[in-house]
Amino acid sequence: MGMHSITVTVNGEKEYLEVPSHMTLLQMLREKLAITGPKNGCSAGECGACTVLLDGEPVNSCMVLAVEVDGHEVVTVEGLAKEGQLTPLQQAFIEHNAVQCGFCTPGMLISAEALLKRNPHPTEEEIKEALVGNLCRCTGYIRIIRAVQTAAEKGGA
Amino acid sequence: MAEFSSVGKNVPRVDVFEKVTGSAIYADDRQFGAGLYYGRLVRSPYAHALIKKIDVSKALEVPGVKAVVTGKDFPGRIGLYLVDRPIFAADRVRYVGDPVAGVVAVSEEIAEEAARLVEVEYEELPAVFDPLEAIKPDAPLLHPDLGSYKVAPFIHPVPGTNISEHFKLRRGDVESAWSQCAAIVEEEFRLPQIQHVPIETHVAVAIWEPSGEVTLWTSSQSPFAQRDLIAQSLGIPHGNLRVISPYVGGGFGGKAGVSIEVYAVAMARAVMGHPVKLRMTREEEFVGTTVRQSLVAHVKVGCDADGNLLAMEVSYYFGGGAYNDYGVNIARAAGYSCTGPYYIPNVKGDSYCVYTNQPIGSAMRGFGMPEIHWGLEQAMDQLAEKIGMDPVEFRRRNCVKTGQIIATGMTMPNVDLVACIDKVAKAVNWGKKEPPSAPHKKRGKGLAIMWKAPAMPPNPGSSAIVRFNEDATVNVEIGAQELGQGAFTVAAQIAAEALGVPYDWVRVSAPIDTKYSPYEWQTVASRITWSMGNAVKAAAEDAKRQILELVAEHWDEDPEDLDIKDGKVISYKSERELSLKGLVVYGLPNEDFEGWKGGPIVGRGKFMPTYVTSLDPETGQGTRAVVHYTVGAQAVDLEVDTETGQVEIIKIASAYDVGKAINPDLVLTQIEGGAVHGMSSTFEALKFDEKGRPLNPSFVDYRIATAADIPKEIHGDIVETPLEDGPWGARGIGEHVMVQTAPAIANAIYNAIGVRFNELPLSAEKIFMAMREKEE
Ligand code: FES
Ligand code: FES
Repeated sequence: MGMHSITVTVNGEKEYLEVPSHMTLLQMLREKLAITGPKNGCSAGECGACTVLLDGEPVNSCMVLAVEVDGHEVVTVEGLAKEGQLTPLQQAFIEHNAVQCGFCTPGMLISAEALLKRNPHPTEEEIKEALVGNLCRCTGYIRIIRAVQTAAEKGGA
Repeated sequence: MAEFSSVGKNVPRVDVFEKVTGSAIYADDRQFGAGLYYGRLVRSPYAHALIKKIDVSKALEVPGVKAVVTGKDFPGRIGLYLVDRPIFAADRVRYVGDPVAGVVAVSEEIAEEAARLVEVEYEELPAVFDPLEAIKPDAPLLHPDLGSYKVAPFIHPVPGTNISEHFKLRRGDVESAWSQCAAIVEEEFRLPQIQHVPIETHVAVAIWEPSGEVTLWTSSQSPFAQRDLIAQSLGIPHGNLRVISPYVGGGFGGKAGVSIEVYAVAMARAVMGHPVKLRMTREEEFVGTTVRQSLVAHVKVGCDADGNLLAMEVSYYFGGGAYNDYGVNIARAAGYSCTGPYYIPNVKGDSYCVYTNQPIGSAMRGFGMPEIHWGLEQAMDQLAEKIGMDPVEFRRRNCVKTGQIIATGMTMPNVDLVACIDKVAKAVNWGKKEPPSAPHKKRGKGLAIMWKAPAMPPNPGSSAIVRFNEDATVNVEIGAQELGQGAFTVAAQIAAEALGVPYDWVRVSAPIDTKYSPYEWQTVASRITWSMGNAVKAAAEDAKRQILELVAEHWDEDPEDLDIKDGKVISYKSERELSLKGLVVYGLPNEDFEGWKGGPIVGRGKFMPTYVTSLDPETGQGTRAVVHYTVGAQAVDLEVDTETGQVEIIKIASAYDVGKAINPDLVLTQIEGGAVHGMSSTFEALKFDEKGRPLNPSFVDYRIATAADIPKEIHGDIVETPLEDGPWGARGIGEHVMVQTAPAIANAIYNAIGVRFNELPLSAEKIFMAMREKEE
């Protein structure tokens, strides 16, 4: 079980960490940095609750090794709002009651953020496609889709 | 009260800022530092076997392993209604996954490795999986000691069999009524075990201090019930066991009662002073926590030529799995509500909970009602068709109405089911044949109605405390849990309304902590808005009364002439006003500051139903079986692709009578989420091989609805017929929203392609094959 020294930028902060080879990015965030916004729903890349941005691209952080992010940039749900100012997406999630238990929300927001960066005016089908890897058992998705549409109308993520 | 300030308004959720910024804390998020140990369960590979020997020596040798515990260390049993579950199986395992030991180690990986080294010698026994097989006299007996288990007075196990509960309902004379029927439908319906699938799996962290004080952090719908049951089963004084439960990442009944929490506490006892974390993998969540029970239902129902229901005979056999400590009450609920939402003069109902060698059946959203409505609501459609009556008309005529004496002998409290039926029928243009979107598709519409009562002991209590801060902002303390349904928001709205302060002055004290939060039985049964709501309202009114008396004395007026509006005390008589700020903590000075009066205001409130009666064990008759019913209707408009069997839902329309919507938009979010949950459940099943080994415990093999699967349109309507003893008339809604979705879909599929499906789950393949068969 080798240890590795890595340097990674998380939510704008540069972090110097010692991580074992088998540690996932999700474990690194939650256990090493106490960044617990990204959630563990399956450890298998199937639920999307652990989604974070890695160099701007959404990834399931349970499927990425911590050593792989050496020299890269990670953004979690905690990194979206700047100085307490919510993003249009976060505001739209509130406005539409797109949150129930909230366990899927951190991953949903990150996937939606990535979508709007890539495609500022997605169709309903494109939104559904972008969120297909983020499971939600509470909301029936409808409010989440509406929230993404609202954020898009208001000019992006 | 004419004008509402907070109740009935779509205020934002109190928990939403935390939840969109990632700062909301769930049970797995709390940091415990370097002293944290991890637990792992050793589970049975056999569905039914005797335990001959357990050897933990190899596991204990693994570096980093701190303890291994087995059933020998914990001889007690645990259970809510029937105390049938050993802490760890000691002499016999009853399903694949039954925990036989727990390993504690410094990391999850080491605990897992050591768990594989625990050597258990089994002697395999014949197993039984189907409830109809399990009730046969020669079936293998799962619980030979059933007769000696402690049981709630209203549960009736049959010792010497696998029947853990038998509820009987007898009304009128079914046998002679059949001869008066113009049409009779008799069918068997089945459905498999399914799982709740919260996105957050179960997680519990426990620490057992050398002082004997025990703290349990857990994702739980039932912190108080867990304190009670774990304290009893492990011999901990209630006052020494503290359960802290932060936000729950989805419950749906799966986090009610006790499941894995007791293992965390048991393991913690072996490593005193160290917190032990036990977190379910997704695989364990599917088959090693709890599941919805399976059901075989025999339904016979008949009506006269005018379509009036005359008689019903039903037998429900719930496949309760290995332990039925909670499941017995599901069979009971299905028994007293066995008719579904219909008035029927002659009824014979038998509802059984049956042990099977499968995962533990327990509470899931709807608590027996989705299971029985699957058959009932198709049988009603078939009966309407037989006598040539429109299904909507048939249901309007026969559905239960306020003041009727329902099958248990109880008078039906206020509801308006006809209004719900009319709303959903209108929403899907009922009666209008609409064309499919392509020639190879067939379009159909279907409807189903439901009822459900909170299923619980007669006397589950709620309590609440309202406290003021110096600036007159308010802390509401409750023991009800926020699972996503909006309990905290509703508590804040009710407190604000009853106190007369703005909604944004109210905070809800969280997390729920049995050491500091006032008692709440469990966050289950859709009882919180009603029961907790009444307690919060009472606490707020208590605080308000104290304030008005204080100010009345100060002003030398009658408290009756005073009120609180928008955070100020006002006098309707003298038109004086006084801000609450300050006075709610510091009181008020006497004239010329000759002393002071008042002091910190604390309001307290409680609610407990006192009027539920027992039911006759032979007939199920009694004055009041339940506190009340919530009713509703759903209509579905869909297309079936004849080339693939794929079902595409165009619209699900739902309407429920919630009495009074405290937050209408949150009611709609329940309705929408429930419609998709109900749709998804129509296609879900846990699968097992012939040895009872689970075949699909993963998201890849057990599919739940994704964003791509949802109906094109999800419509919700709210009906408000006030409940006699609800806060401003409110009753619950969280579970009802998926009860009748599966039969509504099945009725619409029948309408589209002329094929009935009596067994869940549905699948495109099954529908395609059935269409082919029909053509041949
Ligand atoms: S936890 Fe990473 S996808 Fe589920
Ligand atoms: S809000 Fe609960 S899983 Fe999405």
